[in-house]
Amino acid sequence: MPTPSNGLSLPDLEQVYDTLAETLDLAPEGKRELLLVKLALLQAQALGDRATFDHLAATALRDL
Amino acid sequence: MHQPHAEPRRSIYYDYRVHDAAPCPATGVDATPVVVVGAGPIGLVAALGLGLQGVRCVLLESERQVSEGSRAIVFTRRSMEILQQVGVSDAVLQRGLPWRFGNSHYRGQRVFRMEAPHDDDQRFFPMTNLQQQYLEEYLLDAVARQPLIDLRWGHKVTQLLRNEAGGAHPDAKHPETERPGAELEVDTAEGPYRLRADWVVACDGPRSALRQLCDLRMDGAAYEGKFVIADIRIDLPLPTERLAFFDPDWNPGNTVLMHREPEGIWRVDYQLPVGETPEQALAPESMKARIDAQLAAIGHAGKPWEMDWCSVYSARAMTLPDYVHRRVVFAGDAAHLLPIFGVRGANTGFQDAQNLAWKLAMVIRGTAGPGLLASYSAERVKAAREIIDEAGKSTRFMTPPTPGFRLLRDAVLSLSLTQEFVRPLYHWRTSRPHEHRDSTLNAAGDDNALFAGGPGHGAALPNLRLDDGSFLLDLLCGEAAAGFSLLVFGPELSAALVEAVQAWRARGVQLRIVFVSRGDAPPAQGAERTLTDPTGRLHRHLAVAGESAAYLLRPDQHVCARWLAPSASRLDAALRSALALA
Repeated sequence: MPTPSNGLSLPDLEQVYDTLAETLDLAPEGKRELLLVKLALLQAQALGDRATFDHLAATALRDL
Repeated sequence: MHQPHAEPRRSIYYDYRVHDAAPCPATGVDATPVVVVGAGPIGLVAALGLGLQGVRCVLLESERQVSEGSRAIVFTRRSMEILQQVGVSDAVLQRGLPWRFGNSHYRGQRVFRMEAPHDDDQRFFPMTNLQQQYLEEYLLDAVARQPLIDLRWGHKVTQLLRNEAGGAHPDAKHPETERPGAELEVDTAEGPYRLRADWVVACDGPRSALRQLCDLRMDGAAYEGKFVIADIRIDLPLPTERLAFFDPDWNPGNTVLMHREPEGIWRVDYQLPVGETPEQALAPESMKARIDAQLAAIGHAGKPWEMDWCSVYSARAMTLPDYVHRRVVFAGDAAHLLPIFGVRGANTGFQDAQNLAWKLAMVIRGTAGPGLLASYSAERVKAAREIIDEAGKSTRFMTPPTPGFRLLRDAVLSLSLTQEFVRPLYHWRTSRPHEHRDSTLNAAGDDNALFAGGPGHGAALPNLRLDDGSFLLDLLCGEAAAGFSLLVFGPELSAALVEAVQAWRARGVQLRIVFVSRGDAPPAQGAERTLTDPTGRLHRHLAVAGESAAYLLRPDQHVCARWLAPSASRLDAALRSALALA
């Protein structure tokens, strides 16, 4: 199990929520998946931790 | 009755020569120690390799002329080293185009540049482009100089009548069939004959008849993406570099590759749109529109061009699990099918042929244990599986097999315009020399792990430049290719070591000594060659830090033992391992 970071504060999480939604709305129709995959790759690179990424990918796959 | 094409194939740059079909043996029966099936590049190198070892073979080719179309056009440095051993590298260099850079383009931008390492310590460039017809022609010239090869044009294998490993095996119902060996039915224009052989080397290509006759299955993956492969004559002012174009406007989502070939020819490969058949893709009007669109995309709209040859291929990554099936041994595309994006087909096959030739020869001569041939299969199947694993990565990038892989590929293309970190994902992982690190032929009790660098167990010796302008691997060509070589570093060559070498020679194992001294030294007694290394370059590159050391090299130039403190008994032990006598 990777060590969890402290995470975002609630106001920051709310801001991320809005930013992500607005960014998705800015993407042309049919390009939202592509945008999310690009974002995931950028985040993985910023994270610099493959084990944590694997864990996050598995978490995202849950309850679809 | 087998009637191969008697008309020369059509080409705008290559003059095909139709060879006379070899006569059918009058008695209807013939015998040979080895029959090599297929005179493509791999069969030719295998036959020449056997010739270097002094082994006679019959080389069967169902056609009467060389390859239709350019097919394999990129030969790696390691392939050139192998081709040097069989005597054709000079001819290849004379016509071939050397190169080392690859470029990947997306939306008009070069997003990745591959630079294959190259320095003065290399006789050959990382890559050399030459059409397969020329390579086969040069190999055939070498075959003509080799009296041990009986090349038979227009002879086609139609049946495997017998294939016995020898000893008691459960299929042997009658005592006479237990004699080890194989028997083929070979068809000719004059009718069929039976050809008995102690060994059959199957180099009969991707649709190998022998693989089918042995009822063997390959395992691995076939990818859906299909590519058109076209050779055109056009005058393009571009250097010899690999060009890859991803998602061009005229072929959205797909990939286009371009390579320069000699004689003013360019190879253009492009992926077929999903749902299109090869027949549709090869229709002249479709080809013209697409090649024109590609030329326009690179800024050469309307430039005149002429088609030479075109075909369709699909990417497959498969191998037989064992290359030795009783007395039939598989090599090249007959043994494995590899995606060609990383120039892995012929370049892997040459390494098979080189690996097999000396082992089969020593088994036939009785100087090696039967395990030597098993090591051919073990080493080369492992190499094929590693190549398949690597090839899978570039194939999944070039032709994404699932929606997930396609999304990731597209995300990387998009990010690569601005993000450096994703660009190495474009790397196409070129074919490389395989290191047989855990081969059973490597010496168990040597000093391999004590060396601080240099080529270790199973690695091919680096082709270092010597003071006189020649190269280290030159010493392992010609007569030296017929046996092992012992590279001895030290102030002097010990008489005990020379005696041990002579004892092996007396047992029929060829073994040459190359002695390397740091300072000026007279030719060492007992060495075939003495090198001086006043600048210490050889010592450095081979990680010889102390006074003495030695490397034992197989006939295929791969290291099988190395010692800081060589001795006669350690050499004996290493050779027993390397010959599977242990």
